[in-house]
Amino acid sequence: MNTTVVDTGTDEKTWGGGNKPLNASYGKLMMWFFITSDALTFSGFLASYGFSRFKFADIWPIADNVFTHVPFIHGNYPMIFVAFMTFILIMSSVTMVLAVDAGHKMDKSRTTIYMFLTVIGGLIFLSSQAYEWTTFIKGEYGAVGTHSGNIIQFVDTDGNRVALKDFAVAEEKQRVVHESKSGLWFIKEGTLPTYTVEEVIAGFEANQNLLVKTTYIDEATGHKTILSRNESLKELKTKGKNVVEGANLIQNEYGPPLFANYFFFITGFHGFHVSIGVLLNIIIFFNVILGTYERRGSYEMVEKVGLYWHFVDLVWVFVFTFFYLV
Amino acid sequence: MADTHAHKLEIFRGLIKFKSNTQKIWGVLIFLSIVTAIEVVLGIYKPEILMGHLMGMKILNWIFIILTIVKAYYITWDFMHMRDEVAALRRMVVWTGVFLICYLVFILLQEGGYVGSVLTNGFVKSDF
Repeated sequence: MNTTVVDTGTDEKTWGGGNKPLNASYGKLMMWFFITSDALTFSGFLASYGFSRFKFADIWPIADNVFTHVPFIHGNYPMIFVAFMTFILIMSSVTMVLAVDAGHKMDKSRTTIYMFLTVIGGLIFLSSQAYEWTTFIKGEYGAVGTHSGNIIQFVDTDGNRVALKDFAVAEEKQRVVHESKSGLWFIKEGTLPTYTVEEVIAGFEANQNLLVKTTYIDEATGHKTILSRNESLKELKTKGKNVVEGANLIQNEYGPPLFANYFFFITGFHGFHVSIGVLLNIIIFFNVILGTYERRGSYEMVEKVGLYWHFVDLVWVFVFTFFYLV
Repeated sequence: MADTHAHKLEIFRGLIKFKSNTQKIWGVLIFLSIVTAIEVVLGIYKPEILMGHLMGMKILNWIFIILTIVKAYYITWDFMHMRDEVAALRRMVVWTGVFLICYLVFILLQEGGYVGSVLTNGFVKSDF
């Protein structure tokens, strides 16, 4: 660096140039500035998520009722899988900082191993997120959407969720998915739900033990309100408009559309950061193997990419809190 | 680069002092894991005693947010080596973020609560 700074002969003066008040290299400083600005981007997203949550405070879904899946295991296990994801990311942060530490000691082989482990950790996290998205999009129980865009879910008398496929009465249907080749070529239609509202209502009437679970939180218990049988029938018949299965950007079976939108956008943006991080880590990994930093005499590049990788972990800590805990 | 070799090795204001940087990393990992475990257990069982409201939010949620900030502190300070940077760099990054984020969060949550109260208490039917 010093070669690029013109020596003014005023080295003893603070503003004379040549001194480094922050005691950090240009690259590291720029990485910190990027991290600060990226932190503001993410906090903008999370704060707007908070805005919508405060706006729809009474109908926002409870995370424990939404994220309940664990791969290869059936049943209701809230929190377990996200806790695993968090641990994976913290763990890969640890291997990253160990790589930085080994880099400081100019230990090429240990840096290589730790960079490799960091990449593996990142890949495990990304596949976990893919699983999380898949189950979220697929949905489990299905629900009925109301005219106002709200959601009606179904439970049995014990309060356990009941899937539409377990009670809806299938009727003969004429309606098929519209395809541009068989009708109006300029109109498209997405996949039709498995059942129509009429079929759901018929099934609901036939099963006396079914009740409606609204999206409204009961202040006293902290759970969603479950209506009585008569109220349930009335709610379903007067408000029910369409069948919702799983989640997309327009509607989802968990709650307000914004809930899924924020979920896709914020975890997606974070996942994008992780992907970039994995890519950078792979580049650094190969550079370490090739001996680039050995020849350069400094492993600072590992440290700079490490800063980014830790930042991604840092963001996840907040996403974890605001999507899954609070 | 030589100056960055010197790591500050104590955490909790000197309560625990590690022998090497590697040891400190594992120590911080154990601490972060414990904090995460506490969060997960509280999140699953949601103790009744913590469901009371304090300053417009559940006490449990305040605990989650505080634990999150604690985790963020140790990730930044020990994994990102903020502890070893000079005070000016530390303040430049942290204070800027903290100030702007607090400001933004305050404005948006305040407004969100107001819009929500208009929806629930106003003369507009939002559920049909």
